[in-house]
Amino acid sequence: MTREIAVVAFAQTDHRRSTEESSEVEMLMPVLHDVLQQTGLKTADIGFTCSGSSDYLAGRAFSFTLALDGVGAWPPVSESHVEMDGAWALYEAWTKLLTGDADTALVYSYGKSSPGSVRDVLTRQLDPYYVAPLWPDSVALAALQAQALMDAGHTDEPALAAVGARSRAAAAANPHAQLKGRTPQGDYIVRPLRTGDCPPVGDGAAAVILAAGERARQLCERPAWIRGIDHRIEAHGLGVRDLTDSPSTRLAAEHAGVFERPVDTAELHAPFSAQEVLLRRVLRLGDDVRVNPSGGALAANPVMAAGLIRIGEAAARIHRGASDRALAHATSGPCLQQNLVAVLEGDPR
Amino acid sequence: MPEVLQAPLVVEFPFTRSLGPVQSAFLTGLRERVVLGVRTGDGRTLVPPVEYDPVTAEEIRDLVEVAPTGTVTTWAWNHEPRRGQPLGTPFAWVLVRLDGADTALLHALDAPGPVAVRTGMRVRIRWAEERTGAITDIACFEPYDGEPGQPGGHAGEFEDPLTGIVAPARLDYTYSPGRAQSAYIHALSEQRTVGERCPSCRKVYVPPRGACPTCGVATAEQVEVGPRGTVTTFCIVNIKARNLDIEVPYVYAHIALDGADLALHARIGGIPYDQVRMGQRVEPVWTEGARYPDHYRPTGEPDADYDTYKELL
Ligand SMILES: [Zn+2]
Repeated sequence: MTREIAVVAFAQTDHRRSTEESSEVEMLMPVLHDVLQQTGLKTADIGFTCSGSSDYLAGRAFSFTLALDGVGAWPPVSESHVEMDGAWALYEAWTKLLTGDADTALVYSYGKSSPGSVRDVLTRQLDPYYVAPLWPDSVALAALQAQALMDAGHTDEPALAAVGARSRAAAAANPHAQLKGRTPQGDYIVRPLRTGDCPPVGDGAAAVILAAGERARQLCERPAWIRGIDHRIEAHGLGVRDLTDSPSTRLAAEHAGVFERPVDTAELHAPFSAQEVLLRRVLRLGDDVRVNPSGGALAANPVMAAGLIRIGEAAARIHRGASDRALAHATSGPCLQQNLVAVLEGDPR
Repeated sequence: MPEVLQAPLVVEFPFTRSLGPVQSAFLTGLRERVVLGVRTGDGRTLVPPVEYDPVTAEEIRDLVEVAPTGTVTTWAWNHEPRRGQPLGTPFAWVLVRLDGADTALLHALDAPGPVAVRTGMRVRIRWAEERTGAITDIACFEPYDGEPGQPGGHAGEFEDPLTGIVAPARLDYTYSPGRAQSAYIHALSEQRTVGERCPSCRKVYVPPRGACPTCGVATAEQVEVGPRGTVTTFCIVNIKARNLDIEVPYVYAHIALDGADLALHARIGGIPYDQVRMGQRVEPVWTEGARYPDHYRPTGEPDADYDTYKELL
């Protein structure tokens, strides 16, 4: 029989433009202590630890090994790392729990964009032969997608501005958000995207604890059960893809069971306003679904943690009874190249 | 709290990449002002070409020339070009479907302003004057309202084809080591070595990183350690490192400073290399204006008892 696995705790930092006074481990540690405290677990009780981060943000090889100091890796722990958003680390931890090798897992991720220029750093993930030598930055690529969506009649500049405004208004109630309340739509960064259509650049970290079956019920009053989770990837060539569609998100959602019953909440990892428009359509989210009540990535986008935060925010709403069935989405790569979709549910009330 | 340190950090590397047959033909073609695509099993032509069909994963090798003219499929106006981008003046990023191709190529379009650009507009390649076999051999695209270009039927066979490219990459950072390591570096500038004590297991870590790796808790209590210490283990270096002005052979050692629960590593000097031993007592030697000890030398004290440092090996 398949094991039931749930998110039982979630914590995140306050996301800020710069945390130069802290090293990565100094930034991460309070978040790790927070999730452990929520469950009463100690490091030694955790069956598996998995993290997500990127050396390119830090500018140092194997930077994640230093962050392990915050976990307490002696005596030796069962540990793994993905050079991806922490949402993919959560996927790995979920499979580990499914095998029965562990009953609990600690998943964390972090990113400090402040030491470098994240727009330039992200160019290094592109095709190194045909694309990276042109240094197209992350905003430029998102702008190409936004224009394609506008040409296809799926959105326009006022609609995009409304996405940004709604996200930052929702973030007013989120103590961790970096940009909140009324923020001006601003000037073009790369047309058609304005400041308001783009995520803030910031530093931050997040952590969740997963637990299986009865263990989850012991650790959390209302566990957020992961009913389905799947991730898919599309061709890396931007000119091969239809930028107005996201077949990888659709497929991941089908496999995760999104379309079996309606969801009440969706936490979408859409760093750019136009991407939210696209994801809503692909995921068939109606106006009755609360989209990004946390403010989403337009309010705080710590690179490598923002996707894990979507799962954490969705789970936290289930924990506190604000949602019964929530969708969480994470993305990676240019123009929504890779997409992960999870469905989380609370026990019936 | 002392000021947190910052320093510029440049990560720069000339990545040397080898090319497969398809990428080699495409990039060699650009050098010769020929644009090649690759034909898939179902008859589509992919430009830029890839070695495997992105839909079926089938290997594809059927090269076909396409025209240097094409149509913009989407665009974005870049009024502030960044370092490394194709043009230094404001330009449009474009995806261009070249005539004869079914997919689009990313590049820059030189246009006077955003009002001069639209999806569906016709463009042509402006070639770089000096071409080496790189995507930047296309200097950019430019608006074009003439007849579609005529491909010459090139089959992708070249004399002197490229087998690899060098793709230089450079990223600039402002590195900040955080609170704990800043304090350590500050103390070194006063020729002192400070560690931090774990509030839980009481171990003293040097250099401190702000956390106890055993307990996973923050360390904050500063403890001055050394200056003397004990060699716990060592090796003899026989090969000269590039840009390092030290005569070989020399000894590199782990040194447990007095009061520290973690050994740090440093060079041993002031003694022939074959007289260094475990348990030897050493002290730092500072040179004028340096930010860290140049090396450690013997103090002349009797050797430390093995039991006093065996936990630190
Ligand atoms: Zn400790």
